[in-house]
Amino acid sequence: MSTTAAASTTTAAAELHDCRKTFAETLIELAETDPRTVAVCNDSVGSSHLKEFQQRFPDRLVNVGIAEQLMVGAGAGLANGGRVPFVCAAAPFLTGRALEQIKADVAYSRTNVKLCAMSPGFAYGQLGPTHHGVEDFAWLRTLPEMVVLAPADPAETREALLWAHQYDGPVYLRIGRTKVPDLAPHVPFEAGRAACLRDGRDITLIGVGTTVSAALAASAKLAAEGVDARVLNFSTVKPLDEEALLAAAVETGRIITVEEANVHGGLGSAVAEFLAAREPVPMKLLGVRDEFTPTGSPAFLAEYFGIDAEAIARAARELTGAGQGAAA
Amino acid sequence: MVLAPVPSATARLAGLRHELRAAPPAERAARLRELAYSIRRSDLEMISRAGQGHIGGDFSAADIVTVLYFAVLDVRPEEPEWAERDRFVLSKGHAAGILYSALSHAGFFPEAELTTFMEPLSPLNGHPNRRKVPGVETNTGPLGHGFPVAVGMAVAAKLDGSHRRTCVLTGDGELQEGSNWEAAMSASQQRLGRLTVIVDRNRFQQGAATEETSGLDPLDAKWASFGFDVRTVDGHDYEALYQALSEERSLDDRPLCLIADTIKGKGVSFIEDRVEWHHKVPTAEQTAAAFEELTAR
Repeated sequence: MSTTAAASTTTAAAELHDCRKTFAETLIELAETDPRTVAVCNDSVGSSHLKEFQQRFPDRLVNVGIAEQLMVGAGAGLANGGRVPFVCAAAPFLTGRALEQIKADVAYSRTNVKLCAMSPGFAYGQLGPTHHGVEDFAWLRTLPEMVVLAPADPAETREALLWAHQYDGPVYLRIGRTKVPDLAPHVPFEAGRAACLRDGRDITLIGVGTTVSAALAASAKLAAEGVDARVLNFSTVKPLDEEALLAAAVETGRIITVEEANVHGGLGSAVAEFLAAREPVPMKLLGVRDEFTPTGSPAFLAEYFGIDAEAIARAARELTGAGQGAAA
Repeated sequence: MVLAPVPSATARLAGLRHELRAAPPAERAARLRELAYSIRRSDLEMISRAGQGHIGGDFSAADIVTVLYFAVLDVRPEEPEWAERDRFVLSKGHAAGILYSALSHAGFFPEAELTTFMEPLSPLNGHPNRRKVPGVETNTGPLGHGFPVAVGMAVAAKLDGSHRRTCVLTGDGELQEGSNWEAAMSASQQRLGRLTVIVDRNRFQQGAATEETSGLDPLDAKWASFGFDVRTVDGHDYEALYQALSEERSLDDRPLCLIADTIKGKGVSFIEDRVEWHHKVPTAEQTAAAFEELTAR
């Protein structure tokens, strides 16, 4: 598989990581320190990287078989019994197949369930749209009580998982499979707060998950052309960091959101909904549009939907009216 | 929590449970019957006042719910989240009325609260909400949710090495939801011996007989083939329900399925076994007549 679009535009030497590995290591750490910790999965022991967890804690891996409705319901039941269940499955099946269980058994019942959506977005690129998890932000964001997290690199994945474990309530976590670089600078994860990775005055680029490193790479390109872009990592999609959005709108006047998800109802929609009422500014929402994703590698799909570094820089030039004569 | 327990309810319920368990079968049945008809009367009044509800399915389940709360389940109304409580899940959440009536009779909250059933902002929603009603374990309403959640509860108990029990009551039409069979496969695979699924087999769903819609028979053979111990009882025979529900079972037994043959609307002659009473609401005259029948029986 080719490297991701995000990675191809960062420094050539950047090492790339599959965040599932960090997820698996952190979950074992949580199981070691807290006996309440259990993993629940739908036969996804391999794809959720739970093999070592299973070897170390065989009783605490509940594999219900290929049965997502049961998987989420059983997670709620385990929480009722005082356990802290991490319910792991590929993003499209966890969310799509078990959405009503997520609504009734987890969100509405407000159970202490951690929904771990593995390999979200375009991670299963060539397998086609049935396997792409791009509707999750839109679906999950409408559920009261639900916290929606999408960490962007291994360090943030670990911190988000530790936070989710100690938080008493429903959490949805996107755990990336598409390889990403370590973000620089590292800003410690804080639930509900966007991390400012680069300050800027001309425009704000808002990334989430895999698109954060792409937004950073775009900001480097733009800086060379005299466009000073702020870069925010919105690893908490819900609740929104309204303070960071207001500051971005007031101080930079233009906003681009970039997500490996459908923009209709996704992070872009969330940002636009908030700003439309409070501080409307020109925006562009980059992500999946109203079409089923075609087949292609994750990098191809990032380019196709215009969420790679080049496309983000292009969108920023259009929105700022800058660099019209400059080479792309 | 919006609703507060009745003072001393825990001791009162425990005392009653011990008395009923120790009583001779005929006396036990008579006392359970008295409670079940009082619970039905409260439910009738709730539905009549609210102008909404599911009287047919409430009354088919009334005797099962009564036996559970007063003779079987070890629960504490004043500590509804006591960790070692037995769990009961009403998967057929539209029968919320009979659950609320039973919970209030058990002292989880005062019976006077029943007058708010389905009022605007009442905690007593048309389907149960665990965050508003003490004693409710999980929010149900959409069908096919309770049994999967009960599987997780039973796994949690087994991991703890705890003998607390998990009982889930499903409708029979509800078994058309595939999620139940996902749960059945896994419950059997995991040998959840302290898990009991009770099927309220009243043979009707919303608009027609189950067998005319998407038939379930032979239901006992279905459950047996999924690896369950299966018992079929008369769902209005208090002693049969009590014996089946209090059967001693080990943590590693096969899970139990209790098929309770019931009559939809049981207890009121003109409501019994008529499909239209799934969610029909009695008129004032019908309410009076029904109340009289429920008192005379």
